[in-house]
Amino acid sequence: MKRYFNNLGERVIEGLITLSGTVTSITVLLIVFFLFKEGLGVFSQTPVAEGSVIAVNKQNPVKELTASQVKEIFDQNITNWNQLGGANAPIKLFEVDDITDYYTEEQIGSNFEYLPQRLSELVAKDPTILAFFPEEYLAKDFAGRRIELDNISVGGFLGGKEWYPTIQPAVQLGVLPLILGTLWVSLGAILIALPLGLATSIYLAEIANPKVRNFLKPVIELLAGIPSVVYGFFGLVVIVPLIQDVFGLPVGETALAGSIILGIMALPTIISVSEDAMRTTPRAMKEASLALGANKWQTIYRVIIPYSISGISTAAILGIGRAIGETMAVLMVTGNASVIPHTFLEPVRTIPATIAAELGEAPQGGIHFQALFALGCILFLMTLAINMTVDLVSTKKKANR
Amino acid sequence: MNSIETKDVHLYYGDFHALKGITMAMKKNQVTAFIGPSGCGKSTYLRCFNRMNDLIDGVRIEGDILIDGTDIYKSDIQVDDLRKHVGMVFQKPNPFPKSIFENVAYGLRVNGTKDKKFIEERVERSLKQAALWDEVKDKLKKSAFELSGGQQQRLCIARALAIEPSVLLMDEPTSALDPLSTAKTEELIHQLKENYTIVIVTHNMQQAGRVSDYTAFFYLGELVEYAKTKTLFTNPKDQRTQNYITGRFG
Repeated sequence: MKRYFNNLGERVIEGLITLSGTVTSITVLLIVFFLFKEGLGVFSQTPVAEGSVIAVNKQNPVKELTASQVKEIFDQNITNWNQLGGANAPIKLFEVDDITDYYTEEQIGSNFEYLPQRLSELVAKDPTILAFFPEEYLAKDFAGRRIELDNISVGGFLGGKEWYPTIQPAVQLGVLPLILGTLWVSLGAILIALPLGLATSIYLAEIANPKVRNFLKPVIELLAGIPSVVYGFFGLVVIVPLIQDVFGLPVGETALAGSIILGIMALPTIISVSEDAMRTTPRAMKEASLALGANKWQTIYRVIIPYSISGISTAAILGIGRAIGETMAVLMVTGNASVIPHTFLEPVRTIPATIAAELGEAPQGGIHFQALFALGCILFLMTLAINMTVDLVSTKKKANR
Repeated sequence: MNSIETKDVHLYYGDFHALKGITMAMKKNQVTAFIGPSGCGKSTYLRCFNRMNDLIDGVRIEGDILIDGTDIYKSDIQVDDLRKHVGMVFQKPNPFPKSIFENVAYGLRVNGTKDKKFIEERVERSLKQAALWDEVKDKLKKSAFELSGGQQQRLCIARALAIEPSVLLMDEPTSALDPLSTAKTEELIHQLKENYTIVIVTHNMQQAGRVSDYTAFFYLGELVEYAKTKTLFTNPKDQRTQNYITGRFG
């Protein structure tokens, strides 16, 4: 009987473990599924804000417009129909508020009850008009031609150079500046963190005496535990003004500031992982080198670093991974301008910072919301690629032994 | 002629007195074997000759050690120069994670040799001296880890020979090898003594008998007996040596 209960206990525990494993795996998969379902939704949307109409006169030969053309028109960069393949005539831009220029209040009606007919008349009358108004004022027998914009394309999304997710009448969803901003900041971070981290780990693993090492290593690992918002605050108060002064910039919030902060944040990972890798170099290997008359430094760069190179690469990749996904600190110091960066001294905006900054004001289910999820997908794929590289590098390491 | 001479060498690991006043001389171009039970200090003593003990914290050495007439613990001695002069082969094969060629060339490269042709010739010669050339000449670019244990140990010997030391220290060089590889290594030691002074630490008394000209028996940090190998094995003077070589302890 006792034995039966013992077995029962084991079975219950086994069952619970299996269950929690299954539930966790399913949850992870569900999160990924949700991310991609929302994110890919953006590609079945048109860039026109929901409930808006873009219309032209029926005689107008221009039948199609792209989102960026619409933006150019509203920015007055395109002012003539012939730039869009139409007749040579200036574009007459009409927004619903302009209706009072054409009709009196009586003609529109005190509750706008005649507005649909008036809009219809107006568009039918003027061959050069480009009208933009809410869909609720679209007359049933509308005499103009509605222009439907194409769905947002994957290529346009990834390759687009402008990110204006809330602009009227057609949003601009080009994530290239954000992707480049992320890569730019991360690249800078790794350029800062890798040499410093490598030097520190060599120092800790091979040069420092054990007392110093036993003190320094935990202190460096403590750096990993500082909340990122604190790093961001430090960056904002110390590094940003410093950069502004040193380079004589109008603002110090630049990619460089982000890179420095991220570099500092990636340091503990890089130092810790590569130091561990270096310390796994067998003593016999070091002794062999020294016994051949190599000095300490020759032993470090000819034997210890080659021996632990896969560990060092893993450390570097993990460091990049940390940098790419980091949100808060970067949001605070990079200036968040969604333009393609050309130097480290320009403001940039990263993918995580964009999501964090904009998700709060994006209406759920709307195009902006879905675009942010699509950004999340891109970030997910980037970090996935990094993790797979780590995997690859560390399996290669095992094969080498 | 003596290659290595030591006078009253004491070595301490912290408080532990590991070598107790060892005075002996090793002849040039002869093989000297150190035997004795584990922990008797024979490896420690061997590692004094190329100052490998310097790497261990808390080691203190007293007495004089002269190699080819130079006091190697004098303050103006460059340790890396000494180690070029005194090569070492370790207990376990420890090739570098590099190609076979680069393993042998390592000592030359860290000495600043840039001449490609010279390095190639020296690598070939060293591998031939180590009786490994015929087995590896077609795969010099391959990783040293692809070799068998015995081949790896001969590679380590070739690596030590490449910088032309005058003394070769061998710390139980065959303890990790199979009997066939051991036989090959012993044969190699025979050939090498023409050009090198060899000091070998071994656990294996038969091996000491086979390869060495002189044998020293160590016990608890003391040099108990040192004589021609034949004499020591056939007619030991000390009772402890007698007990050890007849297998009564150890």
